[in-house]
Amino acid sequence: MKQKTDVLQGTLALMVLKTLDVLGPLHGYGVARRIEQISGDLLALNQGTLYPVLLKLEQEGAIASEWGASENNRRARFYRLTRDGRKQLQVETKDWEQTAAIIGRFFEAKAEDLS
Amino acid sequence: MKSLRRFLTRLLNLATGRKLGERLREEIEEHIALQTAENLRAGLSPVEARRQAMLKFGGVEAMKEDYRAEGGLLFIENLLRDVRFALRMLRKSPGFTAVAIVTLAFAIGANAVVFSVLNALILHPLHVPQSESLYGIQHGNEASSYQSYPDYLDLRDRNRSFDDLAAYDAAQAGLNTGENTARVWIVLASGNYFDVLRLQPFLGRFFHPSDEHGPNSAPYIVLSHDYWHTHFQDDRGVVGRVVQLNKHPYTIIGVAPPRFNGTLVFFNPGFFVPLVNQEQVEGVNDLNARGKRWIFMTMGHLKPGVTPAQAVADLNSIGSYLEKTYPKDDGQRNFTLARPSLYGDYLGQPVRAFMTGLMLLASLILLAACANLGSLFAARAADRSREVALRLALGASRGRILRQLFTEALLLSFTGGALGIWGSVALLRSLSAWQPFSRWPIQLPVNPDAYVYGVALLLTLASGLLFGAVPVRQVLHTDPYEIIKSGLIPRVGSRFNIRDLALVVQIAICAVLVTSSMVAVRGLLRSLHSNFGFQPRNALLADTDLSMSGYRGDSVPQMQRRMIDAVASIPGVKSVGLIDWAPLVSGSERGAHVFSDASTDLRPSNAAADAFTFRTSPEYFNAAGTALLSGRTFTWHDDKNAPPVAVINQEFARKVFGSPTGAAGRYFKQFDGTRIQVVGVVEDGKYDRVTEDQRPAMFLPILQSPSTQTYLAVRSDREPGQLAAAIRITVRGLDAGLPLYIGPWDKEMDTALFASRMAAMALGVMGVVGAMLSVTGIFGMAAYSVSKRLKELGIRMALGAQRTEVLQAALAPAFKLLAVGSAAGLLLGILASRVLAFIVYSATPSDPLVLAGVVLAMSSLGLLATWIPAQRALSFDPARLLRDE
Repeated sequence: MKQKTDVLQGTLALMVLKTLDVLGPLHGYGVARRIEQISGDLLALNQGTLYPVLLKLEQEGAIASEWGASENNRRARFYRLTRDGRKQLQVETKDWEQTAAIIGRFFEAKAEDLS
Repeated sequence: MKSLRRFLTRLLNLATGRKLGERLREEIEEHIALQTAENLRAGLSPVEARRQAMLKFGGVEAMKEDYRAEGGLLFIENLLRDVRFALRMLRKSPGFTAVAIVTLAFAIGANAVVFSVLNALILHPLHVPQSESLYGIQHGNEASSYQSYPDYLDLRDRNRSFDDLAAYDAAQAGLNTGENTARVWIVLASGNYFDVLRLQPFLGRFFHPSDEHGPNSAPYIVLSHDYWHTHFQDDRGVVGRVVQLNKHPYTIIGVAPPRFNGTLVFFNPGFFVPLVNQEQVEGVNDLNARGKRWIFMTMGHLKPGVTPAQAVADLNSIGSYLEKTYPKDDGQRNFTLARPSLYGDYLGQPVRAFMTGLMLLASLILLAACANLGSLFAARAADRSREVALRLALGASRGRILRQLFTEALLLSFTGGALGIWGSVALLRSLSAWQPFSRWPIQLPVNPDAYVYGVALLLTLASGLLFGAVPVRQVLHTDPYEIIKSGLIPRVGSRFNIRDLALVVQIAICAVLVTSSMVAVRGLLRSLHSNFGFQPRNALLADTDLSMSGYRGDSVPQMQRRMIDAVASIPGVKSVGLIDWAPLVSGSERGAHVFSDASTDLRPSNAAADAFTFRTSPEYFNAAGTALLSGRTFTWHDDKNAPPVAVINQEFARKVFGSPTGAAGRYFKQFDGTRIQVVGVVEDGKYDRVTEDQRPAMFLPILQSPSTQTYLAVRSDREPGQLAAAIRITVRGLDAGLPLYIGPWDKEMDTALFASRMAAMALGVMGVVGAMLSVTGIFGMAAYSVSKRLKELGIRMALGAQRTEVLQAALAPAFKLLAVGSAAGLLLGILASRVLAFIVYSATPSDPLVLAGVVLAMSSLGLLATWIPAQRALSFDPARLLRDE
């Protein structure tokens, strides 16, 4: 059986930002569902761990939140990306791609390339 | 940037008490509701749907913890929670809390007071720029700094070590600004005085060397800021005003900067007058007398790069030059340097020794207090071991528990420290404003400054950490499993632990304090009843200086005789005598060298004695109650036309003639070669200080050796107040403008006894604080040991043990510690008392009364402290106790 992957905090934050960027304002459950759908069963994510991350992002000013009504018409907290958050997402996406590219190159490299 | 913003948001959350928890709870609820609905749609039963939703969400409590950590400042929140918990714990044991706070308040307050005095007198005494390179010159062979004016000029001009040298003397003068003549203590200062001290005037200008053109050429006054404030009501127009000083016109040219009161720390002169005007102020001109050392002190800043040792070598080479050039006036001269603020080493050394000792005692008290509280704390921690074990078992980290304990300790120490500092500031304020002697402008400027507050705060923090650290080991070694399983296990095995040691140290410190305060008080009592060589009781002193009212030359003794006759005719007055310096009141002129009649080479190194010199009227010995042992006293016929005569004390006779018997009728020589015949020998006495070694003294008749300084000793049985009024009216009748000061002789001696009184008081207070600490320490220890052994004692009593045996078992350890500690403390106290001997007259610890007193005091302290625990040990019911446990 394949082991489920732990999610690094920073990675989770990036996922949250991207989700909100793509789908617009969402409540916590919506964000959790979306991350789950995309990653399939590969991520071992306790949905609860999302909330501290949301709070942290909000306090950093990357996202904002307000009360709204959910689909079953109950009060829910909706999160949306701020302008700062969009900027942060761009920067972090670039960083991430760069890191991934570097790591990728390391894996592709063969012994003769290194000599 | 980001983290700063986060920090600020969190701080805001904390400050506004924003409830993030409420919002989270709602969000979680909503989240789980949505997930449950989803699961229901997938076909699960309602119960299962909710269970799955909860599982998926994960551990709510751990997440909440994370969330809180994210949302607020965990450290501060925990701290607040700890403080709240500590407050609750402390409120639960008010006795312990009160004892701890009071103990700390006393200990920290005592330290703050002592340090403040140390700071004001020794560490930062002078308010002049660069005071660290300012040195006074004193004589190498004796702790005194007097110089003659010509010698001062030579030292000033020939040295290569000082930037410049200033000189000053303290004097009294009569100042008339319009109506009455007021007696003021002043400083006679060399022209360069303010330049040497690098001061700038607050108002007007200072006098400078360029103002000096020979004797009486510089009639200028520079007021001290305090005197300007109190006597001229901060009048800025005072500069340029002409006033009468000893009936000579003087111009006020400036005001010295605030906080500068001369360079003698406790002596606050009213104003400064150029030294070259000595004749107008003191009535004599000694500017050319090389043999007469009257200038109180010379001082200056060392040049940059010159060490004190180099300066001393430089000065000594000038000294040998002086000795060679003026063999008649200057004997062997060598010099040392000392701080000018406490009159060189004369006062500096004993004050420094005493203050260092006191500081040591104060810190020992604080240490004892910490030891005391530490053991109380450890006892508390032991009592709370169940609680600690429970918390450990529930997953609290040991660090967290220790933090809780330290919070409690620091809370106590800061409360106690704040209380102590508050009290000490109040005490220091009143001490600073206190003028112990009406006759002298003496004040102790000991107001606390930033240093004092800093040190007190540091001590508070340190003591909190210190006694908080005592139970650390205990907590770290707690085994929650064992404790919860079997209850508290009394530690058996190590019979002598660190707590006992702390208590012994503390009792020893207390014994030291009790010993030294008893020694000091005993010495003080003895010095009050010792033989001074005169009878201060039932005698008034009326004093004035005739030069202040313009008397000169022959008019001085004439006026003095008229005053004596007039006062003697007041009803109820038994006898009236005159002396120029009253013993133990005004201090005296420094000693004069005298030589045996056979000496021809009158250089100081050949002197037979260095004798205090007094000038008296014929009736003085009778009025003062000084016993004449052989020969006669003076008569009014011992005048300028008669051969010079003197009355000497026994010590003088011993030094110059070998023995007091047969001294009357023999001759000795003064430094100027005058042959003087001894006509009488009187008993020895104390002249300058009560603690002085026996010194030779000679008395000269005022008609042969006149002095404007006038003390009338008036012996009478009349009520002092009435008599003083009568004397005042009588003297007014002779000269209405003469400033007169009247007071009972024994009251006037306060100056001489001041040091010993202060020492006894300080030690007494310390002793009481120390005793209090010991009582709480022993009490804590005994109470703890009784409560730990209640079960054992109960079994013993149930088995038929006698009450005395039980008591012995319960309290023997406490008493053993008390005995060991007291013995050690007594021994140390005896050693420490040697320091006291200088300050307190005849302070000797090898006094059976003191020894007995200490033993009695310590054992009664022990009894007092063990009384309540003993009562407790005796009053319980063994059956109930055995059932309880």
